[in-house]
Amino acid sequence: MLSVVVFLPLAAAAVLLALPRLPDRVVTGTWVAAAAVDLALVIALWISYPGGSGVTGDIAYETDLRWIPTVGSGYHIGVDGLSLPLVAMTALLFLACAVYSLRERHRVRAYAVLFLFLQTVSLGLFVSLDLILFFVFFDLSIVGMYFVIAGWGHGSPVRSALQFFLYTFIGSLALLLGFIGLYLAADPHTFDMVKLAQSPPLEGDALAGGLVLAAIAVGLAVKTPTVPFHTWLPPAHTDAPAPGSAILAGVLLKMGTYGFVRIAMPILPGVWRDYAAVFVVVGVVSVLYGALVALAQTDFKRMIAYTSVNHMGYIVLGLGAAGMAAGADIQARTLAVTGAVTQMVAHGLLTGSLFLLAGVLYARGNTYDMASYGGLAKVTPRFALVTAVAAFGSLGLPGLAGFIAEFQIFTGSLASAPVPTALAFLGILITAALLLRALQRVFLGQPGRAVQAAPFDLSATETLSIAPLVLLAIAIGVAPWYLLDVIEPAARTVAALVAQ
Amino acid sequence: MAILLAMLVGLPAAVGGALLAAGHRADRLAAPLAVTTAATATALGAGAAAMRPHFSVPMLPGIPAELAVDGLSAVMVVVVPAIVLAVVLFSVGDMGEDPSRARFHGLLLVFASAMLVTVTATGILPLLAGWEVMGAASYALIGFWWTDRDRVRSATLAFVTTRTADLGLYLAAGAALAGGAAALELTALGHLSGGWRDAAVAGAIVAALGKSAQLPFSFWLSRAMAGPSPVSALLHSATMVAAGGYLLLRLHPALKVVAWAGPTVAWLGLLTAVVLAAVALAQEDLKQLLAASTCSQIGFIVLAAGAGGISGGTVQFAAHAAAKSLLFLVAGAWLAALGAQRLPDLRGAARRYPLLGWLFTIGALTIGGAPPLSIWVAKDEILTMALSKSPALYAVGLAAAALSAAYAAKALFTVWMRPATETSDRGHGSASARLSPTFVLPLPFLAAAAVGLAAVAIPAITTWWRHLLHATNEHSPHVWEMAVSAALSVGVFSAVGWLLRRHRSAAAVPRTAAAWGADWLALERIAVGAAAAPTMALARGLAAFDDRVVARTVHAAATAADAASRLTDTRLETFLAGTVRAVVRGARVLGRWARLPQTGLLHQYYAQAVVALIVLAAVLVLLR
Repeated sequence: MLSVVVFLPLAAAAVLLALPRLPDRVVTGTWVAAAAVDLALVIALWISYPGGSGVTGDIAYETDLRWIPTVGSGYHIGVDGLSLPLVAMTALLFLACAVYSLRERHRVRAYAVLFLFLQTVSLGLFVSLDLILFFVFFDLSIVGMYFVIAGWGHGSPVRSALQFFLYTFIGSLALLLGFIGLYLAADPHTFDMVKLAQSPPLEGDALAGGLVLAAIAVGLAVKTPTVPFHTWLPPAHTDAPAPGSAILAGVLLKMGTYGFVRIAMPILPGVWRDYAAVFVVVGVVSVLYGALVALAQTDFKRMIAYTSVNHMGYIVLGLGAAGMAAGADIQARTLAVTGAVTQMVAHGLLTGSLFLLAGVLYARGNTYDMASYGGLAKVTPRFALVTAVAAFGSLGLPGLAGFIAEFQIFTGSLASAPVPTALAFLGILITAALLLRALQRVFLGQPGRAVQAAPFDLSATETLSIAPLVLLAIAIGVAPWYLLDVIEPAARTVAALVAQ
Repeated sequence: MAILLAMLVGLPAAVGGALLAAGHRADRLAAPLAVTTAATATALGAGAAAMRPHFSVPMLPGIPAELAVDGLSAVMVVVVPAIVLAVVLFSVGDMGEDPSRARFHGLLLVFASAMLVTVTATGILPLLAGWEVMGAASYALIGFWWTDRDRVRSATLAFVTTRTADLGLYLAAGAALAGGAAALELTALGHLSGGWRDAAVAGAIVAALGKSAQLPFSFWLSRAMAGPSPVSALLHSATMVAAGGYLLLRLHPALKVVAWAGPTVAWLGLLTAVVLAAVALAQEDLKQLLAASTCSQIGFIVLAAGAGGISGGTVQFAAHAAAKSLLFLVAGAWLAALGAQRLPDLRGAARRYPLLGWLFTIGALTIGGAPPLSIWVAKDEILTMALSKSPALYAVGLAAAALSAAYAAKALFTVWMRPATETSDRGHGSASARLSPTFVLPLPFLAAAAVGLAAVAIPAITTWWRHLLHATNEHSPHVWEMAVSAALSVGVFSAVGWLLRRHRSAAAVPRTAAAWGADWLALERIAVGAAAAPTMALARGLAAFDDRVVARTVHAAATAADAASRLTDTRLETFLAGTVRAVVRGARVLGRWARLPQTGLLHQYYAQAVVALIVLAAVLVLLR
C-alpha cells in the first residue's frame, strides 16, 4: 500500500511518457488526477494509522525486502509519527502545485513528468528506513529540481540551478560519507535505520562519532539550509518557477531537517547530546540572521526565501535543545521535538502557499520588486486576503499552524537553552515587522507602477490550489491535536533517546 | 454549562470570521449580524457570570486550552460584551456609509472574541493566543483605511510595539514549563521553582505593560488613533489596552509572592498615571487627550494590581471602560457631525448638541474623579491600599488624580465654551447635520454605568464585590481619604474652569514642556531611533555581508576549484603526459638496444652464451 503511494506518481509519469502526442490538457489532467488519487491514498493511510512510538520499532505499513544484500541494504519503508505528517503534507503540496500548473503552457509534458518524478522521490525519502534508499532519493530530488529550475525558471535559471545542484550535491557526498561511517561502525554491518537506532553504533567513541555526526550534519545543513550554508537558496528560489519554489521550500528543505530527527538524533544519540550546543547555536544564528537579512530585502520572493532560513532555524534550535544536558524534563524535550516536526508541516503549508502567491504576483506585475506594487488590495481583494492570512501565519499568529510549532519549540527549549531561546524570540518579532512591511508595500497604500494595468484577482485554479493550504494551516492552528496526536509518540521516543 | 462559555467566545469568532471571508458580499448583512451577535454575547456573558462554567479542549501534548469563569472573569465577561455591543451599535451609524462594512464588523467581532478568550483563559497558552490575535485584529482595525499609507504605518508600529512586549509571555510560558507548571497554569506562576518564577513573572509584567501602553511603551496608543472612532472607543476601554491591566490583576497572587514584583508594578503604573496625565493635559486634540488619559487611567489599575487592591482595580476597570468608551463615542459623534477633533474647533460643540454635551460631561466628570462618580470610588479604594504600602505611593497617586481632573476639566470646559464668532459656523458641509439615533442610542447606558458603578462604595455591595473577587482582606478608604480626593478633584475642576474662562486657552504651561508633552515625550522617536533604525541598519549590513562575503566565499571556492582544474589541465596533465611519453621513449631505446644482440647468426649466439656463463661463474665464485 505504502509502495503504491510512493510509486503511483512515477507510474503516471511513465504513462505520460509512453503515450505520444498527448494534448496539454490531457497531460495536466492526468497529472492532477494522479496527485489527487495519491493524496486520497495518503488520507486513507492517515485514517487507518494505528499510532505507535515509531523510530526504533512499532512502524506502520512496513515493507522490508532484499535489495542490495551484499552491503546489508534493503528496500525498507514504513511510516511513523515523524514521517506520516510529512508524507501527507508532501502529497497535498504536490497536488496544489499540479492544480496551480493547469495554466502552464511551456513543454507541459516534461514539466508534469518531472513533478511526478519529484513526488515519488520526495515521498520515497520520507518513508525510507534504509540509509542507502534515503540517500538515493535524496540525490534524485536534487536532480529533479535542477531540471525544474533550469528548464522552467526565469532570470538566470541555468546558473542558479547549477549552483543549487553543485552545492547540495557536494553536501550529499558528505552525507554519504557519514552513512558509510555508520555502516562500518555497526555490528553487524547494516544500513537499516531501525536496527541502527535500536543499537546505536559509535556510542562512547567520541572521535569517530563526532566525525560521522559532522559529516551527516554538514550534508543535512546544506539541504536545510542553515547559516552559513544557505547561499544557494535565494537565487534558486528567485529564479525557479512558482511551483518549483513551493516544492523546494515546502518539501525539499524538509529532507534536511527530517534527516536530523530521523537519522542524526536516534542513531547517534550520545554524540548528538555531546554536540547539542553546536546545533542550538547554529539554530539561533539561522533564526536571527535569516530574519534580519529578510528584513533588508526589496524582492518579495527573495524575502520569503530568507524567512525560510529563519523558520528552519527554529527547527534546528528545538532539536538541539532537546539534546542539551541541562535540566529539562522529558516533557519539555518532547515538546521541543514535537514542535520541530510541526514546524516542518507548518512551514511547508505556509511558505509553500507564499511561494505560489509570489508566482501570482509575478504573473500580474512581471516583477518581484515590492516597491513597484502598492494598493493591490483594491483591485485584487481575494489575493490580498489569502496573502495576508499566509503572511500572518508565517509570522506565527495564534490560530495558524506556525504558532503551534513555534510555541512548542520555544516553550520546550527554554529550560535547557535559556539564553539562545530567548534570543530566538526576537526572530518572531523581526519576521512580524518584515512581513507587515511587505504587505504594506505590495497591497496597501496607493497603486504603484506595476498595478496600473488593473490586474485581475486570483483565478479559480489559483484559489483552488492555494486556499486549501492556508485553510489547513488554520485547521492545524485551531485544532492541532489531530496532528500532534500522531507526532507526539514518535517525538517522545526521539527525545527519550537523546535524553538518556 | 460549558457550551455557554464555548458559545461566548466561539460565536463572535465564527460570525466575524464568516464576515471576513465573505467580504463585500456580506456588506449589507454585516451591521444587523454584528448587533445580533454582540447582543447574544452580552446575554451569554451574563449567563456565564452567573453559572461560572469552564471547559477545556486538548491543544498541545500535556497542555490543554482551558477557559473558566471565576469572580474576576465574571466581571470581565459582563463588561467586555456590553461595551462591544455599545460600540457595535454606534458603528451602525458611524460606519453606515463605509464600503467595507463586512470587514469592519468582522474584525470587530474577532477582536472581541480574542479579548473574551484572554479574560477567561486559565493557562498561558490560550491567554497568549487570545492576546496575540487581539493584537493582529487591532492592527487590521487601526489600519482599516489602508489606502492611506500613514494609517497603515501607524498600525504596523502599534503591532510591532505590542508584539515586542508579547515576547514576555513566550518567556513566561517557557519558564512556567521549566519551573514545574506542566500545563502552564496561570495560578502556578507564583509557585515555580528557582529563578524560573522571577523570569515568568517578569515576562508577564512586560507583556502587560506593553499591551496596556504603560511607560515606556505608551507611544503606540497615540498612533492607534488612526483607526475609525468606534475602534478607538473599543481599543481604549474594555479591550486591548485593558487586557494588560486585567492580566496583572489576574496575577496578583504571584506579584505578592515575588518580592520585587509588587512594588515595581505599582510604581510603574503610578509613574504612567502621573506622566501620561500630564501628557493628556498638553494635548490640543481631543482624541489624543483621551488616548493619553487611557494610559494614565490604566496606570491606576496597574497600581492596584501591584499594591494588592484587586477590588478597587476591578471597579476601575469597569468604570473606566464605561466612561472612556462613552467619551470616545461622543468624540466620534462630534467628529462625524462637525468634522472636528481638535479642541479649539470643538468649542461650543456641547452647546450645539446638548444631549451629547451632557453625556460628555458625565464621562469627563467620571474620568476626572469627581464625587460621587465611579472612578472617584475606584481611585479611593486603590489609593488606600497604596497608602498601606507606602505614603509615597499615596502622595504621587494624589498628584495623578489631580492631573486627571485637570485634563478632564480642560476637555469639559472647552466643549461648553461659547464658540468664537468666526469659527461658529465653519461649514464642514455638515454644520447642521442631525445625528441618527443609532449614534446616541447606546450612550446613555454607558453614562448610567459610569455613574452607577459608584454603588460599589455602599458597604453591603462592597462586601459582595470583595467576596466575588476573593479580596475580602482588602479594606475600604477612611472618610478623610475620600474627602481629600473629592476636594482635590472639585478644586482642580474649578481652578481649570476659572483659568480657561480667563485665558480661553490652555493653562500657562511653559511652551517647550507643552510641546514635549504634546509629542508624548518623544517616546516614539526614541523607540525608532534606539531600536527600529539600528535593527534596520543591521539588517542592511547583514544583507550586504550575505551577498558580498558569504555568497562570494562559496563562489570563490567554486572558482578556486575551477582554477585548480585548469591548472591540473595545463600543468599536471602536460607533465604526466610528458612523463608517459618519456617512459615510452625510454622503452623504445631499450628495445632498440635489446634488439642489437639478436643477429640471427648461430655462432654469435654461442659466443654470447659462453660469455654469459663465464660471467655467471665469476659471480658465483666471487659471492661464495
